[in-house]
Amino acid sequence: MQNKVIEVRGLKKSFGDLDVLKGVDLDLFEGENLVVLGKSGSGKSVLIKIMVGLLTQDEGSVKVLGQEVKQLNSKALNELRLKIGFSFQAIALYDSMTVRENLEFPLVRNVKGISKAEKDKLVEGVLESVGLIQTINQMPSELSGGQRKRIGIARTLILKPEIMLYDEPTAGLDPITCMDINQLINQVNEEYNTSSIIITHDLTCAKVTGDRMAVLLDGVFGAQGEFEEVFQHATIPSVKSFYDYNFIQ
Amino acid sequence: MANNTVAPKSGLRRRIENFFIGLASAYRFVERFFKEVWFPPYEFKELIRQCYQIGYNSLPLISLTGFIVGVVFTNQSRPSLAEFGATSWLPALISIAVVRAMGPLVTALIAAGKVGSSIGAEIGSMKVTEQIDAMEVSATNPFKFLVVSRVLASTFMIPVLVMYTDFVALMGAFLNVNQNELVSMSTFFVQVFDAISFLDISSSLLKSLVFGFTIGIVGCYKGYNSTKGTEGVGKAANSAVVMAMFLIFIEELLALQITNFFRQL
Ligand SMILES: Nc1ncnc2c1ncn2[C@@H]1O[C@H](COP(=O)(O)OP(=O)(O)OP(=O)(O)O)[C@@H](O)[C@H]1O
Ligand SMILES: [Mg+2]
Repeated sequence: MQNKVIEVRGLKKSFGDLDVLKGVDLDLFEGENLVVLGKSGSGKSVLIKIMVGLLTQDEGSVKVLGQEVKQLNSKALNELRLKIGFSFQAIALYDSMTVRENLEFPLVRNVKGISKAEKDKLVEGVLESVGLIQTINQMPSELSGGQRKRIGIARTLILKPEIMLYDEPTAGLDPITCMDINQLINQVNEEYNTSSIIITHDLTCAKVTGDRMAVLLDGVFGAQGEFEEVFQHATIPSVKSFYDYNFIQ
Repeated sequence: MANNTVAPKSGLRRRIENFFIGLASAYRFVERFFKEVWFPPYEFKELIRQCYQIGYNSLPLISLTGFIVGVVFTNQSRPSLAEFGATSWLPALISIAVVRAMGPLVTALIAAGKVGSSIGAEIGSMKVTEQIDAMEVSATNPFKFLVVSRVLASTFMIPVLVMYTDFVALMGAFLNVNQNELVSMSTFFVQVFDAISFLDISSSLLKSLVFGFTIGIVGCYKGYNSTKGTEGVGKAANSAVVMAMFLIFIEELLALQITNFFRQL
């Protein structure tokens, strides 16, 4: 049996009268890429935000690397967060800073006494990995959407995380750039030995990057398994329509 | 979505409720500032950067308005004094008016417009584009990095700007007096400093500290609590200015009462 890096049990979360997650169970095993699918507003972003303590659940347990996130004090939570790379849906590059400063930000704040040479080496290293070394002195506003996604991913890689959480890495990109990002996700998984959760609407992305799929339906995971299992033999109508619709497009 | 299911409350009741909810959350925000400001990590670099931004960005506008206020106020006061043949009192009158009231007020109102709106918009846009969340997940306390540094910067810088405005306004007044009453610079400034007391200067600076704090904290609060979307950012910037200006006038009124009390001692 593989090690579980994330274990979610009976997770519930509501906002006011809106029940978003209604008892979610989910495991992420070491080294795998798990794709989470689900329609807009189904609570995918909420789920991974709970995993890093940006939101707190109402009920249920979320264990990341063996630790119950809700019970960590702020110091322990910060230590845990450094082991998790979080790629935001809105990318969230600091727009008052250059690409270099964006990448340095997590470094200078968390690695005490790091020298300039070490810093430059790490920054250039991750930029090489995402293939954007030429943008090092540009501002985020000068980059294209796809480039920004890559820089966002690079920023999370700089502290060498054990877990990567990607929130819609390919949303709003053209199909070719999507493929590039998909390859980058796979490459990161191999190079950095991460376990990843990839949230997406995009079935091509899911198929290319995912070892396993989980479909969030009405606040619980309705279907889980390998791509073919979940989609080709889909019995739940909404999962089937999700599939059909994606490929008609 | 969520709102549709809630039974509609009467407009007035909801407004009153929202007012108190807002008040409570503003109180918690200010409380959090006073809790976090004392403990490390201190964001010195960011503080210096913010001081520079606040001071430097407001300088041109404040120079212009300060100067014009000095000239106009002198010109408008002259006829009333001339009626009593008392135009020689102009420097003293201007000095008191500028140092006690106009310098701090003009500076604070302009800074509320310039600094308050830019803090509100900057933090608001960082909030809606998840940059604040991004800071948090890279184990940086965004409240300290963004809010504490900005509030401190504006608290320190507004008094500095007020002194500068006082100076520029008095220079404007001097030029006007010099042309009309042929008073020399040294005579003018001797009269200016004779007219004001230690209490005037210290109360003016203390008041400016409070104005600076108000501008910073209101801008940050509105930005930090702005709602999703670009419209939310605009609203945050706008209401930061309106709220800060409103509070500045209230504080001015309170400061007047307090200094009057001390004057009577
Ligand atoms: N901080 C919050 N406060 C109130 N409601 C929230 C908050 N965050 C999320 N929600 C609500 O929770 C629901 C799920 O949001 P979430 O962002 O997780 O959706 P999603 O599955 O990621 O959708 P998308 O694919 O569009 O990103 C939405 O209805 C949203 O309005
Ligand atoms: Mg989302």
